[in-house]
Amino acid sequence: MQKHLADARVNVELETEGMVLNIGPQHPATHGTLRVVVKLDGERVVSADPVIGYMHRGYEKLTEFRTYPQVTTLINRIDWLSSFANEVPFIHGAELLMGIEAPPRATYIRTVLTELSRIATFILFLGEMGVQVGALTPVFYGFRDREHVLNLIEAATGGRFHPNFNRIGGLKIDLPQGWIDDTRRVMAKVFKSVDDFEELLVGNEIFEVRTKGIGVIPSSVGAAYGVSGSNLRASGVDWDLRRDGPPYLAYRDLDWKVWTHPDGDSYSRYWVRMQETRESARMVLQMLDGLPSGPVMAKVPRIIKVPEGEVWVNTENPLGEMGYYLISKGATGPFRVKIRSASFSNVSILPWLLRGVYVPDIITILASLYFILGDIDR
Amino acid sequence: MAKKKIPGLIEGLGVTLRTMLKPAVTVQYPHEREDPPSRARGVIALKEENCTVCMLCARQCPDWCIYIEGHKEKRPPRRAGGRERTVSVLDRFDIDYALCMYCGICVEVCPFDALFWSPEYEYSEPRIGDLLHDKDKLGEWMATVPTPEPLEVGAEVKGKK
Amino acid sequence: MTSLLPTHLPALLSLDLPWGLIVAIKTAVVLSIIPAGALILGYVFLLKMMSHMQSRLGPMDPGGFHGWFQLIGDGIKFIQKEDIVPAEADRRVFMAAPAVILISTFLIYLVIPAGPRLVVADLEVGIFYALAVSSLSVIGVLMAGWASANKYALMGALRAAAQLIAYELPLVLAVVGVVIQAGTMSLQGIVHFQANGEIFGFGGLGLPLILTQFVGFALFLIATQAELTQTPFDMPVAESELVAGYMVEYSGFRFLFFFMGEFGTAFAFAGIAATLFLGGWSIPGVEGTVADILGPMVLFTKIMVVAFLIFWVRFTYPRLREDQLQAIAWKYLIPISLLNILVTGIFKVVA
Repeated sequence: MQKHLADARVNVELETEGMVLNIGPQHPATHGTLRVVVKLDGERVVSADPVIGYMHRGYEKLTEFRTYPQVTTLINRIDWLSSFANEVPFIHGAELLMGIEAPPRATYIRTVLTELSRIATFILFLGEMGVQVGALTPVFYGFRDREHVLNLIEAATGGRFHPNFNRIGGLKIDLPQGWIDDTRRVMAKVFKSVDDFEELLVGNEIFEVRTKGIGVIPSSVGAAYGVSGSNLRASGVDWDLRRDGPPYLAYRDLDWKVWTHPDGDSYSRYWVRMQETRESARMVLQMLDGLPSGPVMAKVPRIIKVPEGEVWVNTENPLGEMGYYLISKGATGPFRVKIRSASFSNVSILPWLLRGVYVPDIITILASLYFILGDIDR
Repeated sequence: MAKKKIPGLIEGLGVTLRTMLKPAVTVQYPHEREDPPSRARGVIALKEENCTVCMLCARQCPDWCIYIEGHKEKRPPRRAGGRERTVSVLDRFDIDYALCMYCGICVEVCPFDALFWSPEYEYSEPRIGDLLHDKDKLGEWMATVPTPEPLEVGAEVKGKK
Repeated sequence: MTSLLPTHLPALLSLDLPWGLIVAIKTAVVLSIIPAGALILGYVFLLKMMSHMQSRLGPMDPGGFHGWFQLIGDGIKFIQKEDIVPAEADRRVFMAAPAVILISTFLIYLVIPAGPRLVVADLEVGIFYALAVSSLSVIGVLMAGWASANKYALMGALRAAAQLIAYELPLVLAVVGVVIQAGTMSLQGIVHFQANGEIFGFGGLGLPLILTQFVGFALFLIATQAELTQTPFDMPVAESELVAGYMVEYSGFRFLFFFMGEFGTAFAFAGIAATLFLGGWSIPGVEGTVADILGPMVLFTKIMVVAFLIFWVRFTYPRLREDQLQAIAWKYLIPISLLNILVTGIFKVVA
C-alpha cells in the first residue's frame, strides 16, 4: 500500500510543467534572506518573482528620530561589506546644506577609505562568485585577503566592518603612525591576490563556459531598470559617478580609468569588478603619494544643527549608485532621509533576466549581480 | 588581455598547489591570539572621578544602552568663607553590552574625558544579563586602555588627543 | 615481526584451509579495507589537503595531533543518530539503497591485486568485471532517489543516473587501450606485463602503461571524477544548489554508508588506475615474497598519488552544468577514446 502511494505521488509530481520552486529565504546562494519564487518547466524558468523585505529594518523611519552622529552610525549597516562608502553621501549632503567644506586632507583620507572598502567588498565578490559556480577554494582566498584591508580600516578607525569615521566637517581623528606604509604593503598584496583570482577563475575554461552568455543585460534594458555600478559598466555603458556625476570626493584629482566590457553577461560582470579592484588599488597608491597635510576637521559649531533645506547626493558605491535625499528642518537630526540603494534596483531586473534560463544559471546570475540584502531591504 | 600560454585549467591547478605548499594563515585561537590595533573598539572604560553626571553620553547613545543615576551632594567650600559647592556623584553607571553598537558616540561626546576605548574583546558571558557592566567593572577596564599613538606624517598636531 | 613474515607468509598462503574459512578471511579483510581506505582518503585529502589548499588548517583538536580522530568521531556521531525513514517512503527500497552501493564497492575490491599472491580473486576478465560491477551503484542511486518520496531527491537521482551512465563509456573505452597493449584483461596479468616490460630497451623501471597510454590515463581520471560525482561533475550532489541530491532524506548511519561508499569507491578506482597505469604493486627489481610484503605499501603509495590528482581537481575547478557535462562526455571524451584505441591498435599490430 505504501509503495502504491509513493508511486502515485511521484507520478503526479513528475508533471514538470508549472512546478514552483522556492529559492530562499534561507539559501546559501542568495547572500541573505532573498526569496525568489521560480516557476519551472522542466529545467527552464518560465517566470521568476523576487520577494524582498525579509530584512527590512526601517532605516528611513529610524533616521527621523536620531541626530546626525547617530544616523551616521546606523547607516554604516546598510551595505555591511563596504560600510565606509555608505556614510560618505549622507555626510556630504549634510555638509552641502551647512555650506561647510571638509579640509583637503580629510577629503583625501575619505577617498582612500572608500576605495579600501571597494577593494574589500570586491575581493570577497571575486571569491564568492567562485563558490556559487562550484569552485570551493576561491572564497577562502577572498576572506583571507580581505583581512588585510579590514585590518587597515581597523587600525585607522577602530572598527573593521563599521568604521563610523565620518563626521560633518571632516573625520573623527587623523590616521595612526605608519598607516601609509602599511597600506602600500597591503596594496601590493591586493595586486597579487587579484592575479591569483585571475589565474584560478577567469582563465578557467569551466568558469567561462558557466558564465559566458549567461544573464546578458542589454545596456538599454539595464539603464531602464535602474541597474547601476559594475553591472551597467559590464554591459558597455561608460558611466561612473565618480567621474561623471557632481564632484564629491578627491576623484577629480586622480588619474584613473573606467572599465567597461561590451558583453553584458555574468563573465563580463566578474571581469569588470576584477579590473576595478586593481584600479582602486592604483588609486589608493596615487592618493597616498599625494596626501596633503593639515587638519582633518573643519570649524564646526559644538552642537550641529543643519539649516533648513533639501539636498540629493548620489555616489558610486561598490554595489552601484547609492543616493540620499536629505530633508532638514533645522534640527539636530534630519527630518527625512530617503535612501536610494543600488541593490534594490539591481534586483528589480530579475523577473526580466531569469526568463528562459536553466536552473543552475539562476545561481550564477544571482551571484554575478552582487547584491547585499541589507542594501535591498534597508 | 594577452593570449594565455598555458591553458587556464592548468594555471588554476598551479594556484591551489602553491597555496597548499605555503603555511596556512589560521590563527589557532585560543591557543594563539592576534592582538587588535590600539584604536580597536573593544570595550568602554569609565574614569569615575572625571564624570559629572551630565548625562550627555546616555542621551546621545543611539541604542539608549547607558543607564545613569546620580545625586547631588554638598561639599565644603574650597576656601574659608566661600559658598558650599554642589557636586554630582554617580550612583549607577551601567553600559549594557548586549545593546551597545560600539559606535563610540558616547566616548566622543563626553566633555570631561571620562570614557575611553579599550581594545579588550574577551568578555563574552554565558548569560546575557551578565553583559551589563556596572560602574566598578567599567572602572576595571581602565587598566586596559592604551595610550594614544602618535599620528601619521602630515597630521595637524594640536594640544588635545 | 618482519623477520617472521618472510618465512610464515608463504606457508600461510599455501595452507590447505577449508574453503569457507578462506572466503570468510578474504571477506573480512576487504570489509575492513573499505572503511580504512575511506577514512584515510577522507582525512588526508578531504580534511587536510583541501584545508591547506584553502590556506587554512582543517581539524586540529580531535585526537590531539592534527585532528586525526575527526572522521572517526563523525562516524560515531552518525551511528548513534536516530534512524529516520520518511513516512511516505518505500521502506524496503529506502533501506536497501545504501547497501546496494556498498555491495558494488565491495565487489570492485575483489579483483585489485596487492601483491603477487595477495588478491581475493584473480579473474581472467578482471578489469571487465570491475567496471561492470561498478555500474551497479547506479541502481543504488536510483533506488535512493525513488524511495525518498521527495521530488527533489528524484530529480537529483535522475540527473546522477544520467551522468553516471554517460561516463561509463569513456571509462570503459579508456581501459580498452590498456587491454590491447597488455594483451590480457586480468589485473594481475596487466601488472606483470608492466613489471616485465622495457622502455626502449631499458628494463630497470618496467613499462608503466601511463607512458604510452597517457591519453587513456587522462580519460580514465576524468571519467572517474564523473563516476564519483565530484567537482567538476558534481551537479547531482551540489551543495550550493537548489536540489541537495538523492541523499537528502538520508540521515544517521545510512548517510554514513553513502559517504563510505563514495570514498571507498574513490579508493577502489584509484587502486584500479594505479594498477592499470602505474604498475600496481610492482616495484622494479623486487620479486617473490618481499613483493608480497612491500606490494600493499607500494600500491597504497600509488593510490595516494592518483587520489591526490582526483582531489586536486575537485578542489580547484567550478562545476559544469548538466547539459555541458553530457556534451563533454558524448562529443569529446568518446571520440578521443575511440581515437586512442585506434592508435594503440595500430601500434600493437605494426610495432
